[in-house]
Amino acid sequence: MTRRQRVAENLNSALHHLLGAHPGTYLIGEDVADPYGGAFKVTRGLSDRFPDRVLSSPLSEGGIAGVGAGLALAGNRSVVEMMFSDFAALAFDPLLNFAAKSVSMYGRRVPMSMVVRCPTGGNRGYGPTHSQSLQKHFLGIPSLHLREVSPFHDNQRVLTAMLDREEPGVLFEDKVLYTRAMYQDGVVDDLFRYEVLADPGETARVFAPDCGPPDWIVLAPGGLTERAVTALRTLLLEEEITCELLVPSQLYPFDSKALLPVLSRADRICVMEDSTADGTWGELLAQQLHEQLWSRLARPVLPLSAEPSIVPTAAHLEHEVLLQPSTIHRAIMEATK
Amino acid sequence: MNVTSASPAVDLRAVGAPEAGVVARPLSRLSDADLGTLLMIRHFELAVLELFSQGRLHGTTHTCLGQEYIPVALYPLLDEGDYVFSNHRGHGHYLARFHDPHGLLAEIMGRAGAVCHGVGGSQHIYRDRYLSTGVQGQSLPVAVGVGLHLKGAEPGRIAVVHIGDGTWGEGAVYEALNMAQLWQVPVLVVVEHNGIAQSTPTERQMSGTVAARAAAFGVGHLRIDSVDVADVRAALTPVVEQVRDRHRPYVIECVTHRVGPHSKGDDTRAAEVRERAARHDWYRRYRQDHPARFAAADQAQAEAVAAVVREVGARPASRWEAR
Repeated sequence: MTRRQRVAENLNSALHHLLGAHPGTYLIGEDVADPYGGAFKVTRGLSDRFPDRVLSSPLSEGGIAGVGAGLALAGNRSVVEMMFSDFAALAFDPLLNFAAKSVSMYGRRVPMSMVVRCPTGGNRGYGPTHSQSLQKHFLGIPSLHLREVSPFHDNQRVLTAMLDREEPGVLFEDKVLYTRAMYQDGVVDDLFRYEVLADPGETARVFAPDCGPPDWIVLAPGGLTERAVTALRTLLLEEEITCELLVPSQLYPFDSKALLPVLSRADRICVMEDSTADGTWGELLAQQLHEQLWSRLARPVLPLSAEPSIVPTAAHLEHEVLLQPSTIHRAIMEATK
Repeated sequence: MNVTSASPAVDLRAVGAPEAGVVARPLSRLSDADLGTLLMIRHFELAVLELFSQGRLHGTTHTCLGQEYIPVALYPLLDEGDYVFSNHRGHGHYLARFHDPHGLLAEIMGRAGAVCHGVGGSQHIYRDRYLSTGVQGQSLPVAVGVGLHLKGAEPGRIAVVHIGDGTWGEGAVYEALNMAQLWQVPVLVVVEHNGIAQSTPTERQMSGTVAARAAAFGVGHLRIDSVDVADVRAALTPVVEQVRDRHRPYVIECVTHRVGPHSKGDDTRAAEVRERAARHDWYRRYRQDHPARFAAADQAQAEAVAAVVREVGARPASRWEAR
């Protein structure tokens, strides 16, 4: 059996495909050029193949987001890499006030095919300014869509869909995922299988076969997959609580209506995320689900998020702040009683 | 005027700077087209301020009174394949490029036929390869991206970006100049240095000079003090050719004078400061230097703009359909 592709390799081959298939595609970011190939090696080999269209930039996150928007305005496709998603704060103006608003503020649709890639999240000890999950800060912006990398979703398909949308998008890439293997052939592990649903968010559904309707449906973005699956396993084996996990590729806009047939199979729902609580993706989902499923739910949607804290550096402190399998296990177990 | 130096050295020579306190030689006699465009913009801006004072406009606007000659001098050097990025003070840029006072006034008034259906308003306009936005400095990195496209796909075409002296407070300007020079991108930055950022005089918001800023990036710079369209165009011609042919950025600094308020009714400058600006106004000077020619053209444009105001003002509200 051949070795499964790692997530970083999958992203890398997706970018090779995009730049090869569309001669108008540019990739810009800090230290993306060979032989370095990006801080997380996702852009390896690209500048050697496409030297005119893969540009290592100065340390100018706002500037390169604007350059990417300019390329998109001129009809090109652009992929802009933030070395760490925390730095996307520096690119907020070009994304919010130019790229996203330009789609509609001129009275007609202006196509803007642009993706900002954001290596995101903690559990790698990079400390407070290199570990935050900033997804919630980009929610709710007209014409700005958000996706998150997962081990279920092929990134060639993800990136192609984002660019075909002709609206700027942000792709969050959990840094822990880079070294993990992509799942394939519907298999997660010895217990769990998965399928990708036909909803607009291309949601992956993880389930234990032959368990019947689950006690819980758990919604999580791609970066939490591994921790969520670990919790699903211990909940099943130790507590006999069955959970299905839903991992959407697209975080925003989020169409929960399309998932109602799946969501309706349980009367308990948990939404989890790695950001701090309040004003979050999970709250947005909970609000939608309360509207649609209130009378059928055994209890309000259970929201799980990181502690209201910066992300500390030392491993034991970081572990306390971010969601861990044990936290998820305990919260779901207690909410089942 | 020789501006063909291949090196990115700073050109500190100023074109047409009048001696201190003395108004320079008479303004050149202009073609009918140039004079007509100048006066159309002037009367358009006066009409906008008048409509505001009558309570017939919603929101805000920024007129370019005193600065009209800059796009009038520059745009005959551009073709329709060149991009122009305008800013909040952009009516003159739009009118000099498209000669479409109806579409612009309809945009400002939110009436049928508005160039962006009334969605963008005075400072957010996109038509063909002309785009304005309302956040200072934001369009410079965008222009670098467009310049990369042009260099790769349409060599010989350029991206022009209008900014003010106040815009140099924004970090985006420096990030963009750095990238433009690093990557040799055909971006022409036109600084309309009118000496004041809203209410703050340049000396209280900018340390150093525009020239030294350009020099720091190895980007060519030319300062133009004249308000004479013929002088300004003659100075710009070799610069535009250089940006076009050599794919490299350049900074033009037009020392100009804001004759009107920043927005509407918000001019807090002392009377003598406003009078100094007015002494440099091309409108007053051209009237003095070419009285007969001026009078006829001025009246024609005043009447034409008045007709535009009547016609557009009677139109129904614009509709935003393609959301």
